[in-house]
Amino acid sequence: MSSEATLTSSAYIKHHLTNLTYGRHSDGSWGIAHGADEIKEMGFWAIHLDTMFWSILLGVLFLAVFRKVAKNVVAGVPDGMQNFVEWIIDFIDENVRGSFTGKNDLVAPLALTLFCWILLMNVMDLIPVDVIPMLAQLIGIPYMKVVPSTDPNATFAMAIGVFVLTIYYSIKIKGVSGFAAELTMQPFESKNIVLKLLFIPINFILEFVSLIARPISHSLRLFGNMYAGEMIFILIAIMFSGGLSVVAVAGGGLQLVWAIFHILIITLQAFIFMVLTIVYLDMAHQHH
Amino acid sequence: MNINLTLIGQLITFIVFVWFCKQYVWTPIINALAERRTTIADGLAAADKGQAAQAEGEIQAGKLVEEAKGQAAEILNKAEKRGTEIVSEAKTEAGGEGDRILVAARAEIDTEVSKAKESLRAQVSELAVAGAQQILKREVDEKAHADLLDDLAARL
Repeated sequence: MSSEATLTSSAYIKHHLTNLTYGRHSDGSWGIAHGADEIKEMGFWAIHLDTMFWSILLGVLFLAVFRKVAKNVVAGVPDGMQNFVEWIIDFIDENVRGSFTGKNDLVAPLALTLFCWILLMNVMDLIPVDVIPMLAQLIGIPYMKVVPSTDPNATFAMAIGVFVLTIYYSIKIKGVSGFAAELTMQPFESKNIVLKLLFIPINFILEFVSLIARPISHSLRLFGNMYAGEMIFILIAIMFSGGLSVVAVAGGGLQLVWAIFHILIITLQAFIFMVLTIVYLDMAHQHH
Repeated sequence: MNINLTLIGQLITFIVFVWFCKQYVWTPIINALAERRTTIADGLAAADKGQAAQAEGEIQAGKLVEEAKGQAAEILNKAEKRGTEIVSEAKTEAGGEGDRILVAARAEIDTEVSKAKESLRAQVSELAVAGAQQILKREVDEKAHADLLDDLAARL
């Protein structure tokens, strides 16, 4: 990529931030989009093949490893792999027990799936930005964005999944009236019936905004962190384009420093996403 | 930054993953962990029980040893007592036997003495008769003087 003299820095960055998109072209034929303009024309009915491929691959990898352990799980002395898996499961279980006060068997496996899946997707960020796209280009794939968590579709999908569960459990636990009361009877409360009625629309606006803000902030937090991290990796990679020079060596050093710092970020973001999921579901289970 | 069908695809993937994780990963592993927890708890409880039983056993053993010691001392006391009794019994018995022997011996001696006296008297009376015969130079009619001689013998 960087060796191509015709490629400018901004084109390089744009190329790296473009998904491999399959959809309906403006002329009615179906195929892979070449360039951001074509993607825009496809609109909603297009799919990011790279995001789907990597996220499913990583999710299957996580589930395969855990399933292999779960199949041969022993209550006695665990072997190395089981020990590792149990360590993660204990960690998740501890977090769920600490933050989640209700009784719901779905929360812990949900948290485990989210944590491991997001962590694996984020880890893709540590692979040097050019390696996989370059290999993909060798076999004729024009675009390849390897970090699914830098695709807002992926983070929104998870946040929406969690949001739907939150609404579902809110209504299931508190009933429709309970959930409605939660949206309209607080934070402003009054014994006076007139004031109460007056407060309903105000409360509703406040609560509704905070309710809607949850999935948005939930997904954008992860997306923003990963996207920014990826962007910095791309910018550092541009430093290599000048050939072997002081700048390239400095870029190598920066790459290493940022990658090490990024290990913290990817783990932290996966953890935060998981904890927020637990907290949101806990709120859905709480009576007022 | 395009929101498109990928969102739906990711949502389905997400739901499938969570379902699979809950069904085939989380449940068996967490069950195994719970099982191990109970096993360990049972083991610890059994160890505690064992220790308590051992302590109890030690106390019991101590009691038994104390009891045995008391019994032994009692037996020893009884034996000593019995010993002294036997000795004293033997002593009194021996004393009685001695007395009896002494009495018998005395009685024998008395009879011997009286027998000797008797024979001596007879001999003396014979001597006296022989002497008198010598003196008188004649046969003394023993029948005629029997009274006299008996009287003499009785006086000796």
